[in-house]
Amino acid sequence: MKKISFKKIIKDPYLAIGILIMGLVLLMIIVGFFWTPYDPTKMSASEKLQGISLRHIMGTDNMGRDVFSRVMYGSRVTLLIAMGTIIIGAGLGTIIGAVTGYYGGVIDEVAMRIIDALFAFPSILLALVIVSVFGVGWMQLVVSLGIAFVPSFARIVRGEVLRCKDMDYIQNARLQGVGSLRMIFVHILPNIKGVLASSILIGFNNAVLAEAGLSYLGVGSQPPYASLGRMLSDAQQYMFTRPSYVMCPGIVIVLMVLGFAFLGEGIKRWE
Amino acid sequence: MRYTIKKLFSTFMTLIVVSLCVFLAFNVLPGDPAVRMLGLEASDELIEQTREAMGLNDPLLVRYGRWFIAFLQGDFGTSYSYKVPVAGMLLNKIPITFSLGILAFILTVLISIPMGIVTAKYENGVLDRIITVFNQIIMAIPPFFSGILITFVFGMILKVFTPGGFVSYKDDFVGFIKYLIFPSFAIAFPKISMTVKMLRGNLIDEAGKDYARTAYSRGNNTNGVLYRHVLKNAMIPVITFLGMALADMVAGSIVVEQVFSIPGISRILLTSISNRDYPVVEAIIMGIAIIVIVLNLLVDIIYRLIDPRIRIDD
Amino acid sequence: MGIILDVTDLHIEFHDHDAPETAVEDFDLMLAKGEIVGIVGESGSGKSMSALAIAGLLNRHAISKTGKIMFQGQDLLTCDRKTLRSFQGDEISIIFQEPMTSLNPVKRIGWQVEEPLKIHHPEIKKAERKKRAIEMLHAVGLDNAEDVYYMYPHELSGGMRQRVMIASAMIGNPQILIADEPTTALDVTVQAQIVELLKTLNREMGTSIIFISHDLSLVSQLCERVIVMQKGNIVESGYTKDVFTHPIDSYTKKLIAAIPKIDL
Repeated sequence: MKKISFKKIIKDPYLAIGILIMGLVLLMIIVGFFWTPYDPTKMSASEKLQGISLRHIMGTDNMGRDVFSRVMYGSRVTLLIAMGTIIIGAGLGTIIGAVTGYYGGVIDEVAMRIIDALFAFPSILLALVIVSVFGVGWMQLVVSLGIAFVPSFARIVRGEVLRCKDMDYIQNARLQGVGSLRMIFVHILPNIKGVLASSILIGFNNAVLAEAGLSYLGVGSQPPYASLGRMLSDAQQYMFTRPSYVMCPGIVIVLMVLGFAFLGEGIKRWE
Repeated sequence: MRYTIKKLFSTFMTLIVVSLCVFLAFNVLPGDPAVRMLGLEASDELIEQTREAMGLNDPLLVRYGRWFIAFLQGDFGTSYSYKVPVAGMLLNKIPITFSLGILAFILTVLISIPMGIVTAKYENGVLDRIITVFNQIIMAIPPFFSGILITFVFGMILKVFTPGGFVSYKDDFVGFIKYLIFPSFAIAFPKISMTVKMLRGNLIDEAGKDYARTAYSRGNNTNGVLYRHVLKNAMIPVITFLGMALADMVAGSIVVEQVFSIPGISRILLTSISNRDYPVVEAIIMGIAIIVIVLNLLVDIIYRLIDPRIRIDD
Repeated sequence: MGIILDVTDLHIEFHDHDAPETAVEDFDLMLAKGEIVGIVGESGSGKSMSALAIAGLLNRHAISKTGKIMFQGQDLLTCDRKTLRSFQGDEISIIFQEPMTSLNPVKRIGWQVEEPLKIHHPEIKKAERKKRAIEMLHAVGLDNAEDVYYMYPHELSGGMRQRVMIASAMIGNPQILIADEPTTALDVTVQAQIVELLKTLNREMGTSIIFISHDLSLVSQLCERVIVMQKGNIVESGYTKDVFTHPIDSYTKKLIAAIPKIDL
């Protein structure tokens, strides 16, 4: 990887915009851990469906809850679920991809058959299958999405490992008797960290989208602690009476996805 | 011929693997389907009888074989919750979801290919820059959110269609398609952007290759090089992507059906998931799995038709 | 013999970076009908750039070209694109260094060989086009021309592909064939065959050839006249015999000294 310099980051619009957006979103989430303008679950009969004002910068929902406080909380839920998804998906995917790619042979054949079949299978459906097995809830959602994301990481890592395996210095290391595990983790994986980093960011982007979609369907985190997708499905029927209630969480989802997409694209260009 | 046999065999193997995974996922679960069907207060004797009748006492593989063969014959089992055959429950829903996915796919192809060509042809021009920025944003909007926005703008403000006013294809086919157009756009938008981005990149890459220079040296103009030489090469990876996108869009219909209150398989799938009505979930998942597998086979065939390099490999 | 191509004062500059880079300076070339001229020099000497400029293939925005390339009363640098295209592939053809990648991988050989006819002579019927393409494939030494006609590039070896490239370049019976390092990517035995083929085509069809190579011994076998280039400039030019026996420039002397002597 090239040396990181502030000037270069500013010069690449993708990286700069990505960092800017993610910085804002992360700031909102981190502040949300310690302080929100209102209690995100506190209802108020007298303040239902208010518009944008200084008191409620994103208005209030149909139960009089402050939308901004709920968005702060909801983005945290969405981001944490996405993180869990990536930890499981990228972790398992990297191990499976590295091992099958490195050893090859029958394990590789069988594993790749299954991975390919799963890869072609839409991840939202895969997640729905797993949710229907494990039940509804945010933990189940993390596991489901995590497993659904394994195939794409396994494929990427396997391809990269195959590419690195034939390089001269790996052959040299092998001749010097470096063990297989050490070879995979010390010699090969550090070489593909750039590709992995950009896939992880793209993965985050997809995980946020998938989480939002599944929560929208009602199989994710349960009320009152709603993620952004869930908020949108609650808000949908008030689109006409109070557009801000729908638009605010919606735009935050879009910003999160955009932030990850730009960071991913920026890192890809950096390499 | 050898290829056809090989391909059909591997397709069949994939079907076996996928169906086995689906079957196992739903059959190694804790909880007794007989109890689920009869309710917790049923007597042990009755449960045992039902287990025997349902064949639940047989070995797992025998049960799988029985289930799979029945499935191929169109018998998807009986719903735990509604006590009616699953096939009948889904019969009217599947065409709706499938039409939605297909319509979204057609829109994707019709819009993204010309747009990909235009952006590549006028690379770094004003139009290209605008479309590229626009694409990045569109890709970040989840279909259910764009669905809500479309409902708001076209349904409530412009009143081009009536939200919730779904018409069945049996009553009025034109009305049916008209209603589905808007949700199809919601599903297609991100795929259109991805396809444009991919095709544009491929076209620019291919146009820089040696054979394109050869084409120019024979007196081709830009359009000649683009349409007679570069496009076909650039489309090869796009076709794989579109095949996967079609499967994704059929699945994506499930979310968007909820936004537009379309009575496809979405509602049934979601209630069955929360009621743990496994035969219904199994049947829907298997149905989509079969669609995905068939699509993969089709993509493979199209691939071989356009790329002569693959033909010789087998 | 009449002069068919007259290049004077050709300058080529790249503007990809902040400071413009000069690729070719003061390049002059006169080509007579039926003549073979060689251009030699190491990579980066500007020989390929000059060739691409003559073939009308340097049309990127970031390149500026000055001077004159006169062909059939037109200046190829300033004439409109349509006139330039009417020459390309019909009167002026070019073959490249990389036969492996210079053919379109998804089109049949016959289609690619015929393409110049389709573009420049749409009046020729399909059956006639095919007949000519097969004749041409025969002429470049592909004995199973009828089979090759229906094949795809990946089914042919590098040498065969270069022959296909030559067939496609020659099918319009051009005035000028530019051969840009046509043998560099090939085996030594195939190299000699391709050089032989170019000689035969030159003799039988009367096509003038600009032969670009870094290999002096090939140039000495094939060309009557030679131009030696270094760092974008012509350092020496003249009849091949004279240049070889009495080189004036020190760079040319070095190049000649570097030829492996087999006949000793």
